[in-house]
Amino acid sequence: MSALLQVRALSHRYGRRIGCEDVSFDLHPGELLCIVGESGSGKSTLLNTVAAQLAPTSGAVRYHQKNGDWLDLGALSEADRRRLAREEWGFVTQNPRDGLRLNVSAGANVAERLMALGQRDYGRLRDIARGWLERVEIDPARIDDAPTGFSGGMQQRLQIARTLVTQPRLVFMDEPTAGLDVSVQARILDLLRRLVNELGLAAIMVTHDLAVARLLAARTLVMQGGRVVESGLTDQILDDPQHPYTQLLVSSVLTT
Amino acid sequence: MSTPYNFAFLDENTKRMLRRALLKAVAIPGYQVPFGSREMPLPYGWGTGGIQVTAALLGPDDVLKVIDQGADDTTNAVNIRRFFGRVAGVATTERTADASVIQTRHRIPEIPLREDQLLVFQVPEPEPLRTLEPREAETRTMHALADYGLMHVKLYEDIAQYGHIATSYDYPVMVDGRYLTSPSPIPKFDNPKLDRSPALMLFGAGREKRLYAIPPYTRVESLAFDDHPFEIQRWEHHCALCGAGDSYLDEVVVDDRGTRMFVCSDTDYCSQRRDDATEEAA
Amino acid sequence: MTASLSSPAMLELRGLAKSFELHQQHDTRLDVLDGIELTLHAGECVVLSGPSGAGKSTLLRVIYANYRSSRGAVRVRHAGEWLDLAEATPHQVLDVRRRTLGYVSQFLRVIPRVQALDIVAEPLIGAGVAVEEARQRAGALLHRLNVPERLWPLPPGTFSGGEQQRVNIARGLIVHRPLLLLDEPTASLDAENRQVVAQLLEEARHAGAAVLGIFHDEDMRDRVATRLFPMRPMALA
Repeated sequence: MSALLQVRALSHRYGRRIGCEDVSFDLHPGELLCIVGESGSGKSTLLNTVAAQLAPTSGAVRYHQKNGDWLDLGALSEADRRRLAREEWGFVTQNPRDGLRLNVSAGANVAERLMALGQRDYGRLRDIARGWLERVEIDPARIDDAPTGFSGGMQQRLQIARTLVTQPRLVFMDEPTAGLDVSVQARILDLLRRLVNELGLAAIMVTHDLAVARLLAARTLVMQGGRVVESGLTDQILDDPQHPYTQLLVSSVLTT
Repeated sequence: MSTPYNFAFLDENTKRMLRRALLKAVAIPGYQVPFGSREMPLPYGWGTGGIQVTAALLGPDDVLKVIDQGADDTTNAVNIRRFFGRVAGVATTERTADASVIQTRHRIPEIPLREDQLLVFQVPEPEPLRTLEPREAETRTMHALADYGLMHVKLYEDIAQYGHIATSYDYPVMVDGRYLTSPSPIPKFDNPKLDRSPALMLFGAGREKRLYAIPPYTRVESLAFDDHPFEIQRWEHHCALCGAGDSYLDEVVVDDRGTRMFVCSDTDYCSQRRDDATEEAA
Repeated sequence: MTASLSSPAMLELRGLAKSFELHQQHDTRLDVLDGIELTLHAGECVVLSGPSGAGKSTLLRVIYANYRSSRGAVRVRHAGEWLDLAEATPHQVLDVRRRTLGYVSQFLRVIPRVQALDIVAEPLIGAGVAVEEARQRAGALLHRLNVPERLWPLPPGTFSGGEQQRVNIARGLIVHRPLLLLDEPTASLDAENRQVVAQLLEEARHAGAAVLGIFHDEDMRDRVATRLFPMRPMALA
């Protein structure tokens, strides 16, 4: 099977400070990869550099487009970057308020990406929006409500619907469940797990929570100080960690 | 003319700067060209953008008409007309057909314009995306990439809230299939007049320091959904004064008991029709 | 199919060793396996025997690539080719797990909010079976394992140990993989259900599967084993 994304020796520095350093991995279609590590380990920098939101200091990211061509993300124009973000990628931010338009209704939030792709049938947009609200367990009767009146968990589910409505091929998620109550977290993780399976999405998810990685990701990268210190099968990394830092992370998890 | 001012108030260098910006605006239909907006002897919001454009356009032989909400006799229109009469000494008129330059706020005249006429719009907010996207850098990028999905969000919200596209003025248009453009706060009734107009249309936003243009015979489309097509306002009434059934009507309260009547917003159009009717009767 | 040495080999362990280095405990090294040699043929059920601490579970986990081997080869016949899991890429391991290598542990790893029926059906759906058919087959298997139908739509988090274990077995056996690893899958089951599991394993063997398992219960071991593989704890280094 050929890769969807190839990351090679990727580094991003903030001046002389390391953001992420010399990271390489492949992502295959339909695969969810977790990046774990503590705060400041460079997870989000890596995610943003891979997603062409930050320019790499060195190294390369290649993306296999829908049309079959490979695209070098380092040489990406802003126009191409936006086209990818609109047509082939999705982003789920940690704080749903960063990813949603709070001043427009839930339905408009879900429909926006479709409208950006040229969908111009209002009735059909409404139907799709209702369907997606239902899919993320929001009462479709709330389609015209503003997300400001939603709970944090609902806002995050709305952001997921808004992102996945165009069936992106690759989704970037930055701590999508951090900052939510545990019970709310479980619901969102279950939802993500189902949607990723149903839609065959490829995704890269940053999380500091090893249990999230275990639940969702077949493969995991462990980062420390901007570098990947261990990578491989998630269950192998969690059950038989090799690197001292990974062993520390795993042994620090509270078990219930 | 006896004023200490240069012809048409602005100095020649400023007018040259404005003309260059206008040429660029004409060359890129619908694109907002930045310009060095000057302080004018009236407050922002009173038409400083339109006045600067008019000042840059006027020659001694021009005939100027100024309308505000379609009327030649409102304070704003009267003041601007008098201003240019004093600082440029140009002839002024209330007749659309006689004017070579028409400065307008909130309307396009009912009488079809000609190739030898210029229409200058006063624009408070040139950026149609502004209410949805506050960041200027972002809206500029959106224009550069023709990334306009957001504009339909606004129309979607209208239909969701009111059952139809409730935006009734400053209704966004696509100019020449490329730039999303604000037509200024004209009623959407006037939007069809923008499409392939023989007259050059120029837009000036003084506070926001932007100029843009719709050149003659340019395709101008009003945004819509397939199942909610663009529609203009319609009235059950005719003009109470001239009987017109095809013009934009204002609702006027005529006494303390709340009696209302509908009259043409375009005062010149209305009086022309009444004059014609009188002549015919005679 | 009857197990015999003439049946094709499915798994070859060669010089397999596993030690754990515990960096958090003063870099202590634990040697658990060394020099393991084993060939497993289609149709046989080899039971690992030996006292606790002999590394039986560790061996199964190393074969499944849940633990990383320290030395040696874990050669698996996958899609007609031999592949050394000790050297394989994660993507190869995942493919082997999806199609060739099954693993049933003692405990069900519960996924929050997912109902028992779907937990069992999931591997089938992953193997490309249509959702409706997968759920039907999952139901049939749960039925056979005497999991009452009223439990199917519930997440198994609140099930008894035996019920969870039967859901786990169903999930592990629903896809007919040619190589099965079983780590005490019947520990909490009553005699009747052990019989069912023994039958399921026999059917799998007759269909050509090679089985490697740990069964502490002697009756069960006698019932399912075609051969024993003795293991003993390594002397402390």
